[in-house]
Amino acid sequence: MKILVPIKRVVDYNVKVRVRRDGGGVETAGVKMSMNPFDEIAVEEALRLREKGVASEILTVSIGVPQAADTLRTALAMGADRAILVQSEESPEPLAVAKILKILVDREKPDLVILGKQAIDDDMNATGQMLAGLLDWPQATFASRVEKTADGLAVTREVDGGSETLALALPAIVTADLRLNEPRYAALPNIMKARKKPLETIAATDLGIDLTRRLAILSMAEPPARKAGIKVGSVAELVEKLRNEAKVI
Amino acid sequence: MSQRDIMEFDVVIVGGGPAGLAAAIRLKQLMPDESVCLIEKGSEIGAHIVSGAVIEPRALDELLPDWRNRDAPLDTPVTREEMYLLTERKAFRIPALPWVMPHLANHGNFVVSLGDVCRWLATQAEAMGVEIYPGFAGADVLIENGRVAGILTGDMGITRDGTKGPNFAPGMELRGKYTLFAEGCRGSLTKRVMAHFNLRQGVDPQTYGLGIKEVWEIPAELHEPGLVLHSFGWPLDDRTYGGAWLYHFGRNLVSYGFVTGLDYANPWLSPYDEMQRTKLHPVYHKYFEGGRRLIYGARALSEGGLQSLPRLTFPGGALIGDAAGFLNTPKIKGTHTAMKSGMLAAEAIAAAHAADAPEPDTFTDRLQVSWLHQELSAARNIRPAFARWGTLRGALYAGIDAAILRGRAPWTLHFHHADHETLRPAASCPPPAYPRPDGTITFDKLSSVFLSNTNHVEDQPTHLRLRDPALWKPLNWDTYRAPEIRYCPAAVYEVADAETAPRLVINAQNCVHCKTCDIKDPPQNIDWYTPEGGGGPNYPGGM
Amino acid sequence: MTALVLLDAEDGTIPQTSRSAIAAAASLGDIDVLVTGGPDTIAAAAASAAKIPGIRKVRTASGEAFAHGLAEPLAALLVALAPDYDHIVAAATAIGKSTLPRAAALLDVQMIPDVMEIRDSQTFVRPVFAGNVLVTLRSSDAKKLLTIRTASFDPVAAEGGAAPIEALTPPDGQQKSRFVSAEHSSTERPQLEAARVIVSGGRGLQSAEGFKILEPLADRLGAAIGASRVAVDSGFVPNDYQVGQTGKIVAPDLYIACGISGAIQHLAGMKDSKVIVAINKDEEAPIFQVADYGLVGDLFQIVPALTAALG
Repeated sequence: MKILVPIKRVVDYNVKVRVRRDGGGVETAGVKMSMNPFDEIAVEEALRLREKGVASEILTVSIGVPQAADTLRTALAMGADRAILVQSEESPEPLAVAKILKILVDREKPDLVILGKQAIDDDMNATGQMLAGLLDWPQATFASRVEKTADGLAVTREVDGGSETLALALPAIVTADLRLNEPRYAALPNIMKARKKPLETIAATDLGIDLTRRLAILSMAEPPARKAGIKVGSVAELVEKLRNEAKVI
Repeated sequence: MSQRDIMEFDVVIVGGGPAGLAAAIRLKQLMPDESVCLIEKGSEIGAHIVSGAVIEPRALDELLPDWRNRDAPLDTPVTREEMYLLTERKAFRIPALPWVMPHLANHGNFVVSLGDVCRWLATQAEAMGVEIYPGFAGADVLIENGRVAGILTGDMGITRDGTKGPNFAPGMELRGKYTLFAEGCRGSLTKRVMAHFNLRQGVDPQTYGLGIKEVWEIPAELHEPGLVLHSFGWPLDDRTYGGAWLYHFGRNLVSYGFVTGLDYANPWLSPYDEMQRTKLHPVYHKYFEGGRRLIYGARALSEGGLQSLPRLTFPGGALIGDAAGFLNTPKIKGTHTAMKSGMLAAEAIAAAHAADAPEPDTFTDRLQVSWLHQELSAARNIRPAFARWGTLRGALYAGIDAAILRGRAPWTLHFHHADHETLRPAASCPPPAYPRPDGTITFDKLSSVFLSNTNHVEDQPTHLRLRDPALWKPLNWDTYRAPEIRYCPAAVYEVADAETAPRLVINAQNCVHCKTCDIKDPPQNIDWYTPEGGGGPNYPGGM
Repeated sequence: MTALVLLDAEDGTIPQTSRSAIAAAASLGDIDVLVTGGPDTIAAAAASAAKIPGIRKVRTASGEAFAHGLAEPLAALLVALAPDYDHIVAAATAIGKSTLPRAAALLDVQMIPDVMEIRDSQTFVRPVFAGNVLVTLRSSDAKKLLTIRTASFDPVAAEGGAAPIEALTPPDGQQKSRFVSAEHSSTERPQLEAARVIVSGGRGLQSAEGFKILEPLADRLGAAIGASRVAVDSGFVPNDYQVGQTGKIVAPDLYIACGISGAIQHLAGMKDSKVIVAINKDEEAPIFQVADYGLVGDLFQIVPALTAALG
């Protein structure tokens, strides 16, 4: 089986983002960038499927600025076999990303695409589902467990108030949730070796996809700080407020 | 998996600050075909860099003479500078600054984010073929047959109780014909090398300072790019060395910080609170109104200067930068000296490599004839004068030493005590009254630590260890009332159950890798080990 | 303008989250709702939906394919219905989040997830960077597909309407995924990230034994139990209880912080909770600066009293 793992370069999860004073975006100058943590989980799951003998080749793809090559190198250091960078000026919206990925899927013919359930920058939670729609493939979002079965995959997914298991025919799309696995470290020798693994670069503009944003960003702002509420004098008053004012119990 | 991988290089450099990066670049200039590997414990180059910083471009001019054409992030020249002696409400501006404090003349210097400068140096180094690996900590030194043979990187995936977790990845041996230790002040491997080769024999004890820094964005109308302010005096007493800075740079950014000499005596003193309350002084306060605080960080620095420099070389390598102690304290600058020391060490290594000699011992000779030695020699008596005579008389001496004797005094003042020996019992010292944080200009410690973006993988052994936990209660608590909870700028140390059965709680997760506890703990009972690579602060651009 | 709201009706009832989605769509013109489910639940679900006030009509599709909210048949159905609508809306639940992007791709629309404010028919506010930034977006797509952050909209009433019900014939499609089983954690305590109510404890609980005082309260409220870092580091509770910067980020409807001082590292993990209650003996504790309701006192008296008062 061949697995395609699309990954995204995002502001590192340890960094507190701040909105620029002009409200036009968040400050990214000198900010540490890393692989989207959910994508790291996706890479790890692909590696585990290969270690179980289910997968034979792992191809990783990123779409974005030239520095996204560093993110791909991280995936290669974790163990992916080769990488494709689709270079574009800015990070396209999920719909355009899904269209680009569809072209790569048509070219590379993977049996499975695993990707993070969402990127921790725009929190869109859409690319996997959109790609599944465009390809007319079955999808399992928010996966917490992936098993190869005789005729496809059994995927356990996190749903509201519990989990459920789906059987998917292949080829299929799986999006990774937090509990799917704990990604491995990229060991130093593997980082060194990853520098020699194949990384192909394609210009996004050469793929004939319209990258124009459909969602114009009018403004960005930090949410208003929470204000202190009131002090209540007794348990009875608290219960009364929660019932009749806040209506949360 | 448990077999350690081994990689061999001609030179291994531990630490991606200005010293290590300058050494790497110089090595590649001298020996383009030899392999140079540099590791950095921060998650990326610059992630652990804290400095003012006003830097003097002298070393950079020598290293990369065309740096101005390479998009270097030195874009705020110093335009105006002022030095104040503060009292609680007043500020006395030191007149004729270039004459009485010539070492502080900043004409031709630049206000920078040293983290950004390091990121830039790293791209220059990588383009020349230096292999740079951030996120890997040096955990131990390989010493074989009396010679440093390289270092061992830290294991990854060790759980809190010390067993191997599911993601365990063993550290690897990075072997080098030569190893340069460029870990900055109080490097943990440097400490081991110094002890093993007895490098501090016959030199003064090192004395340190703790620098605590914030980066603010201030309203454009208050911003004067290139303005450099310094102060000394209040809020520190006359026996305590230190002072504050405020530099305007970049796009409406200011770097504000405070250095406290770690030879202070009062165990109640809190460098963090001194730093916070100094912001309320009229000299500084006006700049913070309407601004927002963006970044917080802290780092110890070596203040001893020439007298405290250890032997610099040993078979298989050398110490460079602030790991050795090359900071020019009166000048409040260590970047150009760190870089120069790295360059000289690189030149010594190239010579040793050519001669197939184990020790790059020409480093010391090269240093002797360099401007670096001249500079440190001229500055050598100023910091010890403050230690001996206090702030006001020390400052007076400094003026005479610099302006009249021009650093050529026929005597050399010495340091007599290490910083962990200077605390007096808590009972005999008055606790300073620090104001409560106002949440606008001054802040509590945890809110500050939040802005360092520090993080450590939860499930790992604590990297701050007490050699003998039984020492804490009778000594740290009974005698000094736990000074660590005050000198630590990151709220790592906490005393629980103070009224009943006091015990020390170590929140290692908060650590910003400043190393102060390793320096100041009275019984030298706290050991700072490298945590899992990539842990620690994540200082963003502008720091 | 007309909007279609996809309801989560698979178990035969209409959850509050779906009624929040209807509330959000109220400014988008006439509202039809789409109710889907298996043959045995559809009638009850449709009847419940019809009672919701302000609905123009209830459209239903049933069949085995719809019994478990699988994204493929639902998305195909939405695509088939799309020509009738300007907006297609769903709550940002597992089903909404899985289905709408898939349908949007098939309609060549860039969908907009987690909408917390609708400024006008094409302008929306949503959180990014884990809620640390709010972005205002204007869609240039002719049709808009939205999922709704349900905590941002008060649900419409469950009763009071009488909308007509129209049964649809769903499009045929080859089934490439199949529901196997569900493991609902209804009897156990809910998971932190999914819980509607969280009772959380800190250093003030003093010990692992002391921490147990929170359990009856959590049981009473059907709440998950969380903890501050200090409580975890002190060994009161295991690591996975931790809420905060380095633990879990939660946003329940109700967060009850007991004996938690409220360091920013903890606040980072729960400040988006809809209602915060703080119980702490230190009236200067920073947690009171973010709490909607604060109660100063000994939590070892207050927590049992609260549990009893809810009884």
